[in-house]
Amino acid sequence: MAELNIRERQAGDVTVLDMDGRITIGDGSLALRSAVRRLLEEGKKKILLNLAGVGYIDSSGIGELVSSYTAINKEGGQLKLLSLTQKLQDLLTITKLLTVFDAYDTEAEALSSFK
Amino acid sequence: MTEQTTRLVLPSHIEAVADAAAAAADFARSCGVAEEAAFGIDMSVREAITNAIVHGNKEDDTKQVEITFSCSPHAVEIEVRDQGEGFDPAVVPDPTAAENLLKTSGRGNFLMRSFMDEVTWQARPEGGTSVRMLKKF
Repeated sequence: MAELNIRERQAGDVTVLDMDGRITIGDGSLALRSAVRRLLEEGKKKILLNLAGVGYIDSSGIGELVSSYTAINKEGGQLKLLSLTQKLQDLLTITKLLTVFDAYDTEAEALSSFK
Repeated sequence: MTEQTTRLVLPSHIEAVADAAAAAADFARSCGVAEEAAFGIDMSVREAITNAIVHGNKEDDTKQVEITFSCSPHAVEIEVRDQGEGFDPAVVPDPTAAENLLKTSGRGNFLMRSFMDEVTWQARPEGGTSVRMLKKF
């Protein structure tokens, strides 16, 4: 089984990536990178990462989230996070990245926050 | 007094990170470590092994990474050794400083320090770096 499974769906003009697994060095980080880069190539610049199914992320995975965020911003888009597990929330808090990312508990809130 | 010790020698491949983490989980379980502390140990072992393989041994097939787990009644100690060119932790900038928040790397050591009670790096006389991590419980 893949380390990280990513399912794509469209909610209006926002692309939601439902992620399930681990975002760690190697396959998990690469899967996230490929998915985000592909969306940018397709012109999809409003991206919501649903992390409800991601129970684990390492420093490489955190770096990939940051890389995705900056790549999307550079293209004039927006990346937001949905449904952080407690462990992810703790990790993003201690690394102070919750001050960078917009994170939401519900999909409705997240979707309405996109401009 | 140390009650249990396990030693593993790993190749310098990224795939070995998962093997080391699995061994750490087994060892933590056998030492009776609680789930919260076991998560921190798992995270720290992954980061230390990644550092050793990627930054220390530079994924060189001819080099190995050695990991030793020891547990006493109140703590788990883990030592990771690589055969790289050495490493000075003082040169790694604080990843939580505002100017570094958008950097895509440089958080591994910070996470190890956050999740373990003690983390110390040492240059090995025979070459390479040794990182020793202690988790009390």
